[in-house]
Amino acid sequence: MANPGGQLPAWADIVMLPLINVAMAFIVSGIIIAAIGQNPFEAVRIMILGAFSYDGALGYTLYYTTNFVFTGLAVAVAFHAGLFNIGGEGQAYIGGLGVGLAALALDGSLPFILLLPVTIAAAALFGAGWAFIPGYLQAKRGSHIVITTIMFNFIAAALMVYLMTQVLIRPGQMSPESRVLAEHAWLPFMHEALGWFGIAAARSPLNLSLLWALACCVLVWLLIWHTRLGHEIRTVGSNQTAAVYAGIRPDRTIIVAMCISGGLAGFVGVNEILGVQHRLLLDFSAGYGFTGIAVALMGRNHPVGIVLASLLFGALYQGGAELAFENAAFTPDLIVVIQGLVVLFSGALGFMFRPYLERLFARPVPPALAEA
Amino acid sequence: MKQGMAIFALAMLAGAGAASAADLKPAVVFDMGGKFDKSFNEGVYNGVEKFRQETGIKYREFEVKNPTQREQAVRKMAERGSDPVLGVGFAQAPAIEAVAKDFPDTRFTIIDMVVDLPNVQSVVFKEHEGSFLVGVLAAAASKTAKVGFVGGMDIPLIRRFACGYEQGVKHVDADADVYVNMTGTTPAAWNDPTKGSELARSQFDRGADVVFAAAGGTGIGVYQAAKDNGKYAIGVDSNQNHLHPGTMLTSMLKRVDVAAYNTFSGARDGKWQPGIQVLGLAEGGVDWALDEHNASLITPEMKARVESAKQDIIAGRIAVHDYMADNECSY
Repeated sequence: MANPGGQLPAWADIVMLPLINVAMAFIVSGIIIAAIGQNPFEAVRIMILGAFSYDGALGYTLYYTTNFVFTGLAVAVAFHAGLFNIGGEGQAYIGGLGVGLAALALDGSLPFILLLPVTIAAAALFGAGWAFIPGYLQAKRGSHIVITTIMFNFIAAALMVYLMTQVLIRPGQMSPESRVLAEHAWLPFMHEALGWFGIAAARSPLNLSLLWALACCVLVWLLIWHTRLGHEIRTVGSNQTAAVYAGIRPDRTIIVAMCISGGLAGFVGVNEILGVQHRLLLDFSAGYGFTGIAVALMGRNHPVGIVLASLLFGALYQGGAELAFENAAFTPDLIVVIQGLVVLFSGALGFMFRPYLERLFARPVPPALAEA
Repeated sequence: MKQGMAIFALAMLAGAGAASAADLKPAVVFDMGGKFDKSFNEGVYNGVEKFRQETGIKYREFEVKNPTQREQAVRKMAERGSDPVLGVGFAQAPAIEAVAKDFPDTRFTIIDMVVDLPNVQSVVFKEHEGSFLVGVLAAAASKTAKVGFVGGMDIPLIRRFACGYEQGVKHVDADADVYVNMTGTTPAAWNDPTKGSELARSQFDRGADVVFAAAGGTGIGVYQAAKDNGKYAIGVDSNQNHLHPGTMLTSMLKRVDVAAYNTFSGARDGKWQPGIQVLGLAEGGVDWALDEHNASLITPEMKARVESAKQDIIAGRIAVHDYMADNECSY
């Protein structure tokens, strides 16, 4: 039977399919949890409570969400230009370096209100700079972006280790960390900010960079669907030959898209360095760049989808940590398995259930009509 | 029946310690390497497991997966009434410091870093002294006067190992060559046996015939390469002599297991003290390993040499330069 148009109502495509995928991931996770002799329902209960209900849990979930929104948007923007940016990890790392360097240099002289835009700009500039080189190599030399961005993740790690152990380390101590930033340079925590309005909130690492993440969602939506540049990016992404025919320069567009992508990933540094750690240190990117790929895939490269997928992964990270905390049988590796299954079902196997779903929606059409 | 007796005996034992056991709720927060890293974290795990088996007192545990979880985990332990809370690794110092201020009645211990608060015990090791000793042995065992060092992640702590080792080698033979390679710059470098084996082989190709690995799980590959090429290897942190008898010249012991065990048992017996504990050769915190697996490799002269170096360091006649004092290996 020929696929009758492959039509699936939009809501089924963007709401139902992802839900089925996530549900499948949880069912398989449940089987694994049962296989190691634990109660899967208890695990789900702890994960949900741990992600949303415990003191400060929601804050932690949203703190992870903030990182995933940045890296998810980064992957999505590159994806619209037909580029698979695997380098979000390195771009986030270097973006954080930009934030750290700007804040370390200026926290003695600038007030917060001036320091904040400077550090945000530094994050974007450093992240964009780190993505510029792979973008340039792709556009001008044809070096595959997947390979070069992966390589740049390692170069970023090497550069950070060099800087943190040789240059920026606070002398006379073991830990490769810079000095702590002056307190006025810190991005206020959400529980502090809510406190200004008399709202009591539990302490958590969630800070005001969440607002910036949401603003970035709106900006990316405007950029991709409501500007000339966004149109160019999408055109290059879907057909380079047609783009050239339309008078678009693919090389320029690729470089610009990669720079925007890298800049967005770099904002992870604002959340981590200015918002939570308050000093430069190693490994603060902690895989958020890689998870951003899954987030973008799951969110169908749309800001709304990315926010929802980020929330899911934020809840998985925080709920998973609580699960490991509550019960030693849930090792961190098992949490990784659960997260991996979600990525597997919503990313790699994202369209596995699509044909079934299409058949399901095709069925109500009476045969007589279908014949005609 | 035998089993019944054993359970009865255990119950009696548990009953004897019940008063204190009921009060003590120890907790440990492992760092990003994970508790089965075959090295540092696993040393702590062995220590706390030994405590659990001996006393029957259970402990809470958590393995952090990103920097933000450090404070989250330590704080949660304190909130749940755990006491003492053991933080593993220098990276947890800021977390311990922040939480210890908020929970002045909870006892905290941190390994590998100093946190100066009235309710924190800091345990640090003089890795350079232990590395010096294995450097002495490496130089004494080498026929080519060339020895190697394979580090894990390139951080000051590992350079401290490398620097102490180099000094030990030069103490025996001032003209000896020491090849130093680091496995990588990310935490993955702690668990990359393939690369460890490649680095060791490249050092053998340059003439080295003894290699010291301070690289966590990466060391496994280094030791295998040494065995395959008929060279000597030196283990680290735990006594790893048993891995390849005949190949493992010795191991540089860093007794984090003892430190972890002492933290919990000290807290139980009321002997836990805040402040700094510096564990060097004199305190038995670091040492070289001699057991049945490597006894045939260590000649009486080598043993005499390393023991005299040990006595000299303890007595202060040899001052081993600490890389971390000035971030340079100048001696």
